[in-house]
Amino acid sequence: MKYVPDATADQKFEDDLTVDRAAVPGLLSELDEYAVEQALQIKEKSENPESVEVTALCVGPAEAVDAVRKALQMGADKGIHVADDSIAGSDALATSKVLAAAVKKAGDVDVVMCGMASTDGAMSVVPAMLAERLDLPQLTLASVVEFQGDQFRVKRDGDTSTDVLGATAPLVLSVTDQSGEARYPSFKGIMAAKKKPMETWSLGDLGVDAGEVGLSAAWTKVEAADARPPRTQGEIVTDEDGSGATALVEFLASKKFI
Amino acid sequence: MSEVLVLIDHVDGAVRKPAYELLTIAKRLGEPSAVFIGPAEAADAAVEAVKKYGAEKVYVVDDTEIKGYLVAPKAEALQQIAGQASPSAILITSSAEGKEIAGRLAVKLDSGVITDAVDVQDNGGPETTQSVFAGSYTVRAKVTHGTPIITVKPNAATPEESTGAGAVEQVSVSLSDSAKKAQVVASQPRESSGRPELTEAAIVVSGGRGTGGDFSEVEDFADALGAAVGASRAAVDSGWKPHAFQIGQTGKTVSPQLYVANGISGAIQHRAGMQTSKNIVAVNKDEEAPIFELVDFGVVGDLHTVLPAATEKINARKG
Repeated sequence: MKYVPDATADQKFEDDLTVDRAAVPGLLSELDEYAVEQALQIKEKSENPESVEVTALCVGPAEAVDAVRKALQMGADKGIHVADDSIAGSDALATSKVLAAAVKKAGDVDVVMCGMASTDGAMSVVPAMLAERLDLPQLTLASVVEFQGDQFRVKRDGDTSTDVLGATAPLVLSVTDQSGEARYPSFKGIMAAKKKPMETWSLGDLGVDAGEVGLSAAWTKVEAADARPPRTQGEIVTDEDGSGATALVEFLASKKFI
Repeated sequence: MSEVLVLIDHVDGAVRKPAYELLTIAKRLGEPSAVFIGPAEAADAAVEAVKKYGAEKVYVVDDTEIKGYLVAPKAEALQQIAGQASPSAILITSSAEGKEIAGRLAVKLDSGVITDAVDVQDNGGPETTQSVFAGSYTVRAKVTHGTPIITVKPNAATPEESTGAGAVEQVSVSLSDSAKKAQVVASQPRESSGRPELTEAAIVVSGGRGTGGDFSEVEDFADALGAAVGASRAAVDSGWKPHAFQIGQTGKTVSPQLYVANGISGAIQHRAGMQTSKNIVAVNKDEEAPIFELVDFGVVGDLHTVLPAATEKINARKG
């Protein structure tokens, strides 16, 4: 899961051209709530739900613990927060490295569940990178997740086809916003979350060298970030007795679209 | 001059327009080499097609062994070709699959990756332009380590014809067992609507909550303009249109010459998917709808009356 700046607020860059994360409030990436939901459903639909443990894992600054807490309130059993100052400014490659190390440390993991993309960077490459690093099959961008024992089937809406993908756990899954509404934490869930186990890991705990992560180890460099000039509002007409359609067609003709 | 690898986007061998755009970009950066992973019987036609857009070399990978799997084998194929060609950059179409291939390849090649470029120019190496934060910022960036791997959005360049040698090199890829662990169990090709493809279309006409579920007026208007049809998330969530039509943060990003939003309020998530359109037009009953802040032309009115009347006028003009 990722802790992200609220996408509906006005976002800014810092002088070093990283995202100014203090400028706007942060929260659990909305698209990762779908991942938490599907993880909880896998637990609930499995033959022996008591034996399935859902762990919420988030790499991010101190405040990112809020994202882990939200997942615990929704119903996750356990939280892991990887926090280390040297991680700030990491690119997707380094992020996937830290996540992969954390998944390995977490132990016997059957399903690594991810959202389809973060709502800030929105690259949607981390699940594929995780699968590559963990050498696991990837069933990504799933709109429907089905399973029987360790056999998973997902539906994926591609650009030119709709596919059914299959693989055997352990695997990496990512789910889209079509996979099913995420539940809201109940009062009971919020109270229960306070007693759930939460661990904080540093890079040292993961055996990842600080030199491999962070802005200095990012293999892409932002050279410039410019605010797009705001659009100047054009003409707006109010339709009365067909005048709207006439004006619309005239506008389209003036721009040579007709 | 060093090679620039372009992974050719195609459907069963039929090369798609974004592939020609990438070859055009590759020519700015070095010597364009196409990588065609597809059916052997379609390879000749694909080679002829990419030659016309400047491909000096075409690496042909027969996909018989690969097509039952999704992205991992394609990343392995590119890794092996890159090992042989030592390219100065690798360009891939910025589709969901393209980005995943790029991500896996970046790990394999220990290289930086940039996704969703809307432009790539040569500035002492490839320099990308991206549109971020729902289109409110334009960012220029470079890969600083390894082979630059860049995924490029459709419409980032106008395809320019130029004759390439098109020297074919058959590549037989040895796939690891792990690349075959995720299988394509079934595949249903998207039914062709007869309309332009959403991300490639010059004009996009979309509908939202204001359609009330009846897209016929939106579709008729789109057909009069020769446009693709899109939908807002609200319309998709209501089950009025499949997810493939969705424009926005979790759907498709479009950047056409003309975008017409009908009955769409213009939430930030929708704006993220269409804000870079050259001309924006909106029809909405609610004069307070935020979409009107973006428009070049807006009609405050009911799409159910405005669109049919406009369609009739456009068709009459066409005679």
